[in-house]
Amino acid sequence: MSGAVAEFPLALRYAWVVAAIPFVSFAFVGLVLRPLAPRAAGVVATLAIFAAAAMAVAVAIAYYGLYPPGAEHPALVPFAVEWLRYQPGFTIAMGVLVDPISVLLIVVVTSVSALVHLYSLGYMRGDPGFGRFFTFMNLFTFSMLGLVLAPNLLQTYVFWELVGVSSFLLIGYYYERPSAVAASKKAFVVTRFADLGFLLGILLLGYHGFTLFGEVGPAVARDVAGRIAGELQPLDFLYLNDPALLARLAEGGATVGGVGLLTAAMILVFMGAAGKSAMFPLHIWLPDAMEGPTPVSALIHAATMVVAGVYLVARMFPAFAASGDALLVVASVGAFTCLFAAAIGCTQDDIKRVLAFSTLSQLGYMMFALGVAAIDRPAGYTASMFHLFTHAFFKALLFLGAGAVIHAVHSNSIWEMGGLRKRMPVTHLTFLVATLAIAGIWPFAGFFSKDEILAAALHGGHPLVFGVGLLVAALTAFYMFRIYIVTFLGPARHEGAAHAHEAPLVMAVPLVLLALGSIGAGWIPFASFVGLGGEATEHGVELAIAIPATSAGLLGIGLAFLLYSKGAERARSGAAALGAVYRTIKRKFYIDEVYVFLTRRVVFNCVARPIAWFDRHAVDGMVNLSGQTTRWGGRLFGRLHGGKVQAYGVWLVGGTLFLLLILWSAVR
Amino acid sequence: MPDIFSGIGFTPGLQHWLILAAALFAMGVYGVLTRRSAVGVLIAVELLLNSAALTFVVFNRFSRPAAVDGQVMAVFVIAVAAAEVVVAMAIFVALYRVGRTVDLNKLDRLKNDEVER
Repeated sequence: MSGAVAEFPLALRYAWVVAAIPFVSFAFVGLVLRPLAPRAAGVVATLAIFAAAAMAVAVAIAYYGLYPPGAEHPALVPFAVEWLRYQPGFTIAMGVLVDPISVLLIVVVTSVSALVHLYSLGYMRGDPGFGRFFTFMNLFTFSMLGLVLAPNLLQTYVFWELVGVSSFLLIGYYYERPSAVAASKKAFVVTRFADLGFLLGILLLGYHGFTLFGEVGPAVARDVAGRIAGELQPLDFLYLNDPALLARLAEGGATVGGVGLLTAAMILVFMGAAGKSAMFPLHIWLPDAMEGPTPVSALIHAATMVVAGVYLVARMFPAFAASGDALLVVASVGAFTCLFAAAIGCTQDDIKRVLAFSTLSQLGYMMFALGVAAIDRPAGYTASMFHLFTHAFFKALLFLGAGAVIHAVHSNSIWEMGGLRKRMPVTHLTFLVATLAIAGIWPFAGFFSKDEILAAALHGGHPLVFGVGLLVAALTAFYMFRIYIVTFLGPARHEGAAHAHEAPLVMAVPLVLLALGSIGAGWIPFASFVGLGGEATEHGVELAIAIPATSAGLLGIGLAFLLYSKGAERARSGAAALGAVYRTIKRKFYIDEVYVFLTRRVVFNCVARPIAWFDRHAVDGMVNLSGQTTRWGGRLFGRLHGGKVQAYGVWLVGGTLFLLLILWSAVR
Repeated sequence: MPDIFSGIGFTPGLQHWLILAAALFAMGVYGVLTRRSAVGVLIAVELLLNSAALTFVVFNRFSRPAAVDGQVMAVFVIAVAAAEVVVAMAIFVALYRVGRTVDLNKLDRLKNDEVER
């Protein structure tokens, strides 16, 4: 068994190094360089991530060398060490799971992270927290890699929380700003709330999986023998995703709160995924997370961490698929978020917030693509991962471009920009590439992945979801070109925009590289790399989908030019005509207000206050009572201790006599 | 062994000696618990020690007349008592120098004296 693992290519056996490099760098940069040589910290941190990226590419090459594109792609666990031992037959390992989606994610995470690190060298130059920034960025990269490589649910959960912490630290990076502090707290609390569901899901799944482990486990272990290091464990994905186990769980007839066991567990897991990927109604933290430095938004809140939720659903896809209802929830939540966020994106004035809502919307795309897939119809699954892949490039590029603009203009509001096309040619061109990519215009990357998603929705028998996707394609093109036009075309609307300068080379290089990615990523024959096993069905461009999708995109672009190319007058009159509808959308459907009402009024008054009262009076009362009793007792017996030697003597003699009396009566 | 009790026409037995020792002990305890003067307490302690020494000697005499263990212990008790008196009197003198009293009811500084803070 371990013999087969030992024959894996070197790069696979040492795949854990991908995650280890950022960790070592994090410790070294954080403990040594940050206090001693903060300027070197950035360089070392960046080099470490580039090394990790090289290693990730080596792993990818080794994996696809072992299982060529188009063939079956089994999951491997080439490395695992025992971490927790609960009882014989139930241990938890820390290890590395290598399969198409984890390979995809480590390549995306390390390459985007490396470029963002490089960009940050320019963007964060001269910032007093320069060393701290790179320390946290390395911590984040390590956590994210640990998350995507996790072979079992518990390791996933540990790193899931670690990325949450790094996100918290980086959103609150400008901690002297109260809004940044509030945003970091909000992000942490909302995702923690979602993670409660995730944890319950893990417990539910782990408990029932473990109960059936004796029955189903040996067969699964025989299946995966030679592919995994160490023993198969009840929380391993390879076990939890096994069809035999899922069939047993689904047929069991056990229910939790009225729904089937498997469905309940997967919906709880999805709650965690929805929190991390900011799905409605847990999306409220992501727009506020833009308080962090722009490279952070690009890396964490656009390209990598927020796709962790999508990744989790993909990772446990067989389990979701085994419970059709859970998958339906995924599809509905994804499609709704997709439309909802796109609508809000059309009305925001802060360039980073528009991009944040755009991220929400695109994450919705990925979610519903997973939701419309099935085990025997993996097109949506492949499309979702494809979109995750292309989105990472063009969304990181959009954020970095926005960062360059903000860096030059010193404002986030698009109405204080304008006319930057001439002043910042590289930024303008790369931003335009990304905008076209996200709008789904051929031949840019977004076109291909969006096309596959829409095709999957239509062929998967979800015409409504397909319609939503098409509508959102138009909206996406509209709001992206809205900010493009207002930011880069027309006259300079503000002092800052008139004196803007092109970004330095260290910032421009990542922009160009990401732009190349945004153009080229779509041409990869993705289905032969990532699928659910079985025949790879290369989808190709389907004109019946591509024509409506592209028309929708062009329609949105045309509308944006119509409304915004001659100043904002037309847009303003349009907004006025929409009246209350526009105001509702502009205020983000009052979701934040609803949350404030729910937390301040309902939760505080009905839950927190009674609990606080109980704590102060009952719990503290018990503690105080024990203290008071001791004090009274002390005072009482303290009287005996009066310092009079002869009084002590009386007690001594009396006590001795008393004991003798007892002894005497006992002996007699 | 010369009979020193022939004059009174009565030879005391073990019980009589033990009653005498017990009486001595009781007087000693009473003295320790009631005397206000530390010197008085010291004297009462001597009574306690002597009652114990007497018990040793008496048991030696009546249970194993051939041996001298009990008498050795009695000598030992006397020696300890002498040493104890020296130490105790030295302490009392020192106490008297500080507080101008050896009244035990007033010697409660360890518990009740105002501690300088």
